[in-house]
Amino acid sequence: MDNAKKRVGIQTVKMKNPPKIISTYSIVGPKEGEGPLGQYFHEVVTDDTLGKDSYEKAESELFYQTVSKAIENANLKEEDINYIFAGDLLNQLTSTCFAARDINIPFFGLFGACSTMTESLSLASMLIDGDFADYTVAATVSHFSSSERQFRFPLEYGSVRYPTSQWTVTGSGAMVLGKEGNFPEVTYVTTGLVKDYGIKDSNNMGAAMAPAAVDTIVKHLQDTGRGEKYYDAIVTGDLGRVGKEITLQLLEKQGYNIRDIYYDCGDLIFDDEKQGTNSGGSGCGCSASVACSYFYGKLINKEINKLLLVSTGALMSPTSTQQGESIPGIAHAVAIEFNNNGGEK
Amino acid sequence: MPKKKNMNESEIMKEFQTITKETEPKPKILKNCINAFWIGGLICVIGQIINMLLLKYGGFDEETTKMLVPAIMVFIGAFLTGIGVYDRIATYAGAGTLVPITGFSNSVVSPAMEFKKEGFIFGVAAKMFIIAGPVLVYGIGSSVLVGIIYYLIQRF
Amino acid sequence: MEYLSAFIVGGLICVVGQIILDTTKLTPANILVTFLLIGVALGAFGLYDKLIEIGGAGASVPLPSFGNSLAKGVMKAVDEKGIVGILTGGIEGTASGVTAAVFFGYLAAVLFNPKTKA
Repeated sequence: MDNAKKRVGIQTVKMKNPPKIISTYSIVGPKEGEGPLGQYFHEVVTDDTLGKDSYEKAESELFYQTVSKAIENANLKEEDINYIFAGDLLNQLTSTCFAARDINIPFFGLFGACSTMTESLSLASMLIDGDFADYTVAATVSHFSSSERQFRFPLEYGSVRYPTSQWTVTGSGAMVLGKEGNFPEVTYVTTGLVKDYGIKDSNNMGAAMAPAAVDTIVKHLQDTGRGEKYYDAIVTGDLGRVGKEITLQLLEKQGYNIRDIYYDCGDLIFDDEKQGTNSGGSGCGCSASVACSYFYGKLINKEINKLLLVSTGALMSPTSTQQGESIPGIAHAVAIEFNNNGGEK
Repeated sequence: MPKKKNMNESEIMKEFQTITKETEPKPKILKNCINAFWIGGLICVIGQIINMLLLKYGGFDEETTKMLVPAIMVFIGAFLTGIGVYDRIATYAGAGTLVPITGFSNSVVSPAMEFKKEGFIFGVAAKMFIIAGPVLVYGIGSSVLVGIIYYLIQRF
Repeated sequence: MEYLSAFIVGGLICVVGQIILDTTKLTPANILVTFLLIGVALGAFGLYDKLIEIGGAGASVPLPSFGNSLAKGVMKAVDEKGIVGILTGGIEGTASGVTAAVFFGYLAAVLFNPKTKA
């Protein structure tokens, strides 16, 4: 195959043999289970320590169980999987790396902050389409308590939460990709640029990430020549209520009106009023768990056929903000379509 | 199909700044102030009651009481933090739990509890003042300045 | 009624903090340090004690009182011990609060575990 033909536009590649998402699995914490999407997740744990003696270890366990069950759901074994792409929010990717000790699959650890779900899905897809693998796994995890102690404050601290603050999701999502079968497939991958429009407020991640989301969505539509109405749903990862509105307006200014088909996982996962989550959920587990359960389910049920999943990440570190740096964002877009034709295009 | 505008990056950035300012949600200032007022006030009333109890029934003089009340308030803050209640009150109270000395206590006790996972030396002991540190440093630092100025004024 | 004055004075000081929190970009840490320094300044001029006369615990419980104790402590030490008081006075004035925080902090770490936020 002439690989040059796979490149489309500036930042997009087209899958020649679209990889199928043959199974997914999602596990979330109790608060997420009490949210509006509670019934859609594969599993809700009642104890977010999962019996472990630290939250980092709990996050690791959450990730391990999600990946194992996703592989089981696909009627496969670990030996069948050629690569796993995964990441999390912790320093040095602690939770995924330590879980990977028990997962006998060649492991690529990724840091994309909250954009890790589509970052891993992008790479997992490209390796299959490039014939480098028969089966791959894309997965990610986040945990409220481990993020809070790394990025913000101790759990018992009476910290101030602002209207723009978001709540890191305790959750994990994993997708298994293969070549055959009648499943939703990945058709295009648009890889994002890092965008920094000067937001310094680490309590307003939605605004920090919105520029990247807007840029990637626009580039994707321009590269593929698709109109925004082509998709049944355009879904961002965790811009939250505030970031969502900024994204919609910024797209409108450029002539793209997606108000009727636009959703944000962070906005959907919690009932902000009742659960006190201000602007919504965040964290890599947010888009992962919601995409692997709610939106994958809608594709399977044919409620939607064409989904553009755009996980969004804020690439700051605990020290960068203290040094007065603003917060750069990134967003990766993956087009997932269910053509119901067992693989042909 | 609506016309796609070809905006360059700086134009997009300008639009972004405007939109961000306009869409930023305003905090419910009045509600927050009312909560801060009555919870902060209540904590102070508790301090007043302790003061009275120490003087009346504890048999302590005024000087000693002035030293004991902060210590007891610190204990109360520590206890409420330990049982996991202080942060819940803080969600409603905002400055009402931040400003009183119980807030200082909470800011010392919560990291001590949190970093127990990393052991008692490198976790609890090393990170205990990770939030309250500035209060101590600037407090002691400014007291030295006051001391110097006071000393010089007394001398001359 | 000293309880009412404690309630009102304490509440008002907290409201000032809340207004700053809601209307400016200052973080809680900035606000606490500022309140502390204001307490030191007022204490150095003997003004904070007047507030304590009016508000009782309403003025002595909030953080500026810590600053007041620092200032009063250092001035008292300079009076009593001369130049060395500059270094010893601040800590002496606030010893009970700080020691209590260290001790109870450690104790709480031994006895309790942080719980998940709801």
